[in-house]
Amino acid sequence: MMPDPTCPDAGLAPSRRAFLAGAATLTVWPFLPRFAAAAPGGRDPRLIVVVLRGAMDGLSAVAPVGDPDYAALRGAIALGRDGPNAALGLDGFFALHPAMPTFARLYKAGKAMVVHAVASPYRERSHFDGQDVLESGLGGVGRADSGWLNRALQALPAGERIARAGGLGVGTMTPLIMRGAAPVLGWSPQVLPRASDDFAARVLDLYRHADPGLAETLERGLATDKLAAQAGMGDAKSRAGAATAEGMKLVAAGAAHLLAAADGPRLAALSFDGWDTHANEGGATGRLAQLLGGLDGAFAALETGLGPAWRDTAVLVATEFGRTAAVNGTVGTDHGTATVAFLAGGAVRGGRILADWPGLKTADLYEARDLKPTTDLRAIAKGLLADHLGLSRRVLDTAVFPDSTAVAPVADLIG
Amino acid sequence: MGQPTDPLVAANRFGLGPRPGELARIAADPRGHVEAQLADPTAARLTAPDLMASDRAMREARAAERVRQAERARAAEAGPAAGGKTPPGPAATPVPAMAGNPMPAMAAGPAPAMMAPGKPPAAAKPPLPIEAEIFRREQIARLARFCETATPLLERLVLFWSNHFAVSETKGNPVRVTVGAMEREAIRPHVLGRFADMLKAVETHPAMLVYLDNNQSIGPQSLNGRNSKRGLNENLAREIMELHTLGVAGGYAQTDVTALARVLTGWTFANPDEDDFHGGRFTFAPGRHEPGTHQVVGRSYPENGHAQGLAVLDDLARHPATARHLAFKLARHFVDDQPPAELVDRLARVWRDSDGDLAAVTRALVTAPEAWRAEARKLRAPIEFVVAMQRAIGRPADVGVANGALVALGQPTWAPPGPDGWSDEAAAWASPAGLSTRLDLAVQFARHAGDLEPAQLAADLWGAALPEPTRVAIRRAESRQQGIALVFASPEFQRR
Repeated sequence: MMPDPTCPDAGLAPSRRAFLAGAATLTVWPFLPRFAAAAPGGRDPRLIVVVLRGAMDGLSAVAPVGDPDYAALRGAIALGRDGPNAALGLDGFFALHPAMPTFARLYKAGKAMVVHAVASPYRERSHFDGQDVLESGLGGVGRADSGWLNRALQALPAGERIARAGGLGVGTMTPLIMRGAAPVLGWSPQVLPRASDDFAARVLDLYRHADPGLAETLERGLATDKLAAQAGMGDAKSRAGAATAEGMKLVAAGAAHLLAAADGPRLAALSFDGWDTHANEGGATGRLAQLLGGLDGAFAALETGLGPAWRDTAVLVATEFGRTAAVNGTVGTDHGTATVAFLAGGAVRGGRILADWPGLKTADLYEARDLKPTTDLRAIAKGLLADHLGLSRRVLDTAVFPDSTAVAPVADLIG
Repeated sequence: MGQPTDPLVAANRFGLGPRPGELARIAADPRGHVEAQLADPTAARLTAPDLMASDRAMREARAAERVRQAERARAAEAGPAAGGKTPPGPAATPVPAMAGNPMPAMAAGPAPAMMAPGKPPAAAKPPLPIEAEIFRREQIARLARFCETATPLLERLVLFWSNHFAVSETKGNPVRVTVGAMEREAIRPHVLGRFADMLKAVETHPAMLVYLDNNQSIGPQSLNGRNSKRGLNENLAREIMELHTLGVAGGYAQTDVTALARVLTGWTFANPDEDDFHGGRFTFAPGRHEPGTHQVVGRSYPENGHAQGLAVLDDLARHPATARHLAFKLARHFVDDQPPAELVDRLARVWRDSDGDLAAVTRALVTAPEAWRAEARKLRAPIEFVVAMQRAIGRPADVGVANGALVALGQPTWAPPGPDGWSDEAAAWASPAGLSTRLDLAVQFARHAGDLEPAQLAADLWGAALPEPTRVAIRRAESRQQGIALVFASPEFQRR
């Protein structure tokens, strides 16, 4: 971590600093003083989590081209080091999919990194349970009605701006990762003219009398509409879904607008669909290439839309699990286990790949078919929440990711 | 909230919302009205002269594509002199994602999707590509049925089972032109029939075979498999067990998924490009089938061609885990996000005792005391909300209006996010953006309501059961139109 001149004890572990700050301010909330004070030049961190639904093929997104078994396993969909659509070399062993030039540029600038052979604690192969585990932050499958990002928000100090502004759930359905007790604004690209303020006020009043649960939700929806209108997005119209490149860009640009606002939310959850590439996945071009290109466009839209706030932003892109190490019989891949996670943003200490590479020989694969997980995704999320938002180890181990004491946060992701 | 009256349970929990006068008609015997809808299993069927069978739809779509390819080839051959890269002719116009209403980005004024029905755009539009036209006709027929039906319970069952066996038109043209037909051919005939029959009809339907890639799956030891690099795809096999029958905790393993995938190799459809008569129909391709006996969920299935897979489906349909899985889903869909355990147990028992007779299971559901006393905590899904507004008005909206609304609410027709379909829980739909969008739509639909009287509309929807705050709000509305919009935006209109 870079030394921070405004913070005399920046060299201490986050939990240690957190403890000191908590004790000094008579609040149970452990917090980093350097951004608690929203002084000019102080940090105003943003955290964006993008969930890729359908299980992204990590071995194609960031290909281990240096692994002697890679090309044979992948057959027709393997990426090459050279040729017209060569993968973008990252470190000699791993190469980035050629559809992601923005991410490659950020990586070179030290503002993006890759975590490979990573997985949530989920070890079966159902998309829906896998997404629930990824988003709920639980150690396994179970009934989940709140997500880890929302619980992180709950753990922030009530008085602070970052907590007051709440979180942002993008889409007409709030992603599970952002559902929970902390206030969440909702926004989705609009296709309709807005109802008048007068009408909205009447309906809200009616809900307050008759259905307080709905009233609270509606109030948050109306608040975001207002914010969006102020940001000049009130009449944005689109039919693009979040499974198209255009849709991803639009959703990312909208979220960036709201997060950039001085009084906007600081934590956001986005989700992009369509990553379940069982057949005709494609290699350097084709279906997965289009999706990765869309994701790359979303990175660009976030960077542009956040403007100066990009400096204090960290983006985590994760998916429920990976895909089979070998190409299947229909030039695609079936449900697997470990995959990649992307980190990007001005706050990220990037330009590197975090991977305890398990290898691709049959004996090294999980159940002789999937890339073996060597990093727990929760360790990455915990590292971000600790170093970027200042959450303490205790809160992370118990409230945000319950029963996860054994999973230590990865240090130095930020800085 | 609170416990709804019997007529409201009949019209909303087990219906699609009342049409004008409907509530008064059923008031004398609401429970009898619901049960009576189970009398005629054929009432759920839907056919019309302008709707195509799935095999014909696939053949016509491919024929149109061949014509377009030939035109492109001709244009390319004509070379730059003929304008090689100049704007493509009408045949190459991309198929719009939603038929009938292109939505220009940042358009000024009211969006085209909300234009009054019957008002033609300034310039005559070129005809839709056949794929979009087939899809549009299916949507129109379905919406009209939802709005006009006298057996709304059966339509709710159609919606439920269509979502259970979710396929998405976003997969591409082969699904787009068959997804509506799949509902008519594989779902509607069986909503009061046997689950095993519905299951077999769905899993052999081209829409499902394409959506979950089974048409591409080839047994590694089959005749074709031994001579090619292609092989197994386990997508359909997994979702059959996880989603369609046993449920994710239903007691199967990865080895069962792979074994069922082997059993299902060869399940495909005749090539619509090559076979003018059978093209697009289900067929069993022995040359792709993985030969041999396969072990699935503790049972051994000897080689028997296509019948091997049907035998597995029959056993999965009557498996106790399937009974439990579907009993829970039905109770959750109709009664409560956390349905009473006793009700789920009872439905599962009826399922097992009747060998998956959906008429018997549905009867047990609609006569369950729990279903008539549960609070109205469920939120209407977007399709139910949009249909309920149209039924209240008394006529179906323009298909473009309805589609615009469903896209805005996150439930575009026949385009669920994945094979698990849309969520069936209130929390998923009661999102901030979802609710504020319902307000916008309430205003839009009120504009199409003609000269309805808000108080009369409220009486048609709730009789005397409407709580005071909503009654007062409607009375105090600043205009008739705002009154109608308040009816549609009211909490009572969202819940069922």
